[in-house]
Amino acid sequence: MEWETVIGLEVHVQLQTASKIFSGASTAYGALPNTQACGVDLGLPGVLPVLNANTVHMAVKFGLSVDAEIAHRSVFARKNYFYPDLPKGYQISQFELPIVGKGHLDIQLDEETVKRIGITRAHLEEDAGKSLHEDFQGMTGIDLNRAGTPLLEIVSEPDMRSANEAVAYLKTLHALVRYLEISDGNMQEGSFRCDANISMRPKGQSKLGTRAEIKNINSFRFVEKAINYEVERQIQVLESGGSIVQETRLYDSDRDETRSMRSKEEANDYRYFPDPDLLPLNIDDHFIGEIKKTLPELPHEKRQRFEKAYGLSTYDANNLVASRELAEYFETVLKESKAPAKLVVNWVMGELSAALNKESLDITTSKITASALAQLLARINDNTISGKIAKTIFEGMWLGEGDADSIIEKQGLKQITDTSAIEPIIDEVMANNPQQLAQYREGKDKLFGFFIGQVMKACAGKANPAQVNELLRKKLQQD
Amino acid sequence: MSVTAETIVSIAHLARLALDEKAIPHYAEDMNRILHWVEQMNSADTQGIEPMAHPRDLGQRLRPDEVTESDQRECFQANAPQTEAGLYLVPQVIE
Repeated sequence: MEWETVIGLEVHVQLQTASKIFSGASTAYGALPNTQACGVDLGLPGVLPVLNANTVHMAVKFGLSVDAEIAHRSVFARKNYFYPDLPKGYQISQFELPIVGKGHLDIQLDEETVKRIGITRAHLEEDAGKSLHEDFQGMTGIDLNRAGTPLLEIVSEPDMRSANEAVAYLKTLHALVRYLEISDGNMQEGSFRCDANISMRPKGQSKLGTRAEIKNINSFRFVEKAINYEVERQIQVLESGGSIVQETRLYDSDRDETRSMRSKEEANDYRYFPDPDLLPLNIDDHFIGEIKKTLPELPHEKRQRFEKAYGLSTYDANNLVASRELAEYFETVLKESKAPAKLVVNWVMGELSAALNKESLDITTSKITASALAQLLARINDNTISGKIAKTIFEGMWLGEGDADSIIEKQGLKQITDTSAIEPIIDEVMANNPQQLAQYREGKDKLFGFFIGQVMKACAGKANPAQVNELLRKKLQQD
Repeated sequence: MSVTAETIVSIAHLARLALDEKAIPHYAEDMNRILHWVEQMNSADTQGIEPMAHPRDLGQRLRPDEVTESDQRECFQANAPQTEAGLYLVPQVIE
């Protein structure tokens, strides 16, 4: 039987606030255990939550960026369950009336294909603390610094049909929250966490199959692997006549497999009810309008502009807008170098990306600033140096040997564009290779490349290739 | 709606309450009476009325995003039965 994969994703985005969602404790990452957990976070008797205005602002900003309905009235609810890292015995979340309603996000699958993924809702909630199981004999250590950290949970429709689409959706969403500056998106630190709901159904059937939920997958690569593993597992179960159990599974990246996480005896029963400590959140059109004014250029808008204004391919534009910082870097280089866009893309996505990857750096920690790269590309563009020499200079710049102009000056790498300087070199090469010259003139055109190579070698790559080409062709045909 | 002994046991389990086996029918009866009393509300016509989320007809006040709390770990942990390396220690929760 042919199966169709159905995937829906729940993404928890940690909002980039200074203080927690319901208390004035700091949200800074990496503090000593429990030094950022105040009475409200600990759920001490008599404390009351007070909502952080910035979290509302950020949730609305997100909602607007995915064309979602913003609820004029939303309600906080208690989600009840017991776990030691949840001090109150309930998590404050939103249930029936979330702040962000139906919206959508377009993902680019390849040069031509754009797919619209539905967003069901997004709601505000608080994070739980952390349990540390390893270091204490027979005991569990609890750190409540993370308790009360603001999260925006973004729930998609089951619109994705493959691991590829799921990853494309996540990357698009990741770029979006970073553009909006509502989250740092740091996956290692848990600022962007994903749960995947996966089910299979016979191709052509509209009814959804029973799903399994895979929890807390913390990298794009693992999302892909976890989904692919789970799809294979479910197909195997179904084809051997079994049925899928609705359950939560955990992805184990060491073994590359998913395992059942919770025992089935107890179905989740969270008994949501409106939190009496919090009043309904009312948002008016004026508030929404003010936030609308602060929306930055969004990734898909930037991509379209790059394609139109700079004549870039969708592929190149897509790569550049993946991060706001990368897009800004590109535009700075382009503006300052005045070089053609394609040349700039090739350098940013080629030499620079390779150098960054090699040292696990990102664009914000690049050893070559946008202005420095612009200077180098300007020198290619004004024919001071060839593209080949530029690569050598780039390496020097990366190693901190100075800027492009000073390296060109110091090492005498300036391109020879003076015809009277190139001609004698060509003459010499022709004189030194009489055999090849004779063959060329007998019609062996391929040898043209050989001569180019010899001339470039003789001048240590410094001659302008286009000029050498022209002069050489002329000279070979003469005499 | 009628509350059975099974419902009582399940609710007690979710709330981590230990119940005296013999008291279960008694609780079921009490709860049924409460629900029966509340049921009177069903006779009111609520067509077109927005459900209330809170008895007070007010909106949520917002707080500026500022850190106002300082570290009081020592004070809080003075109440904890067991701590180590700044962590609260609890009986192990995974098998």
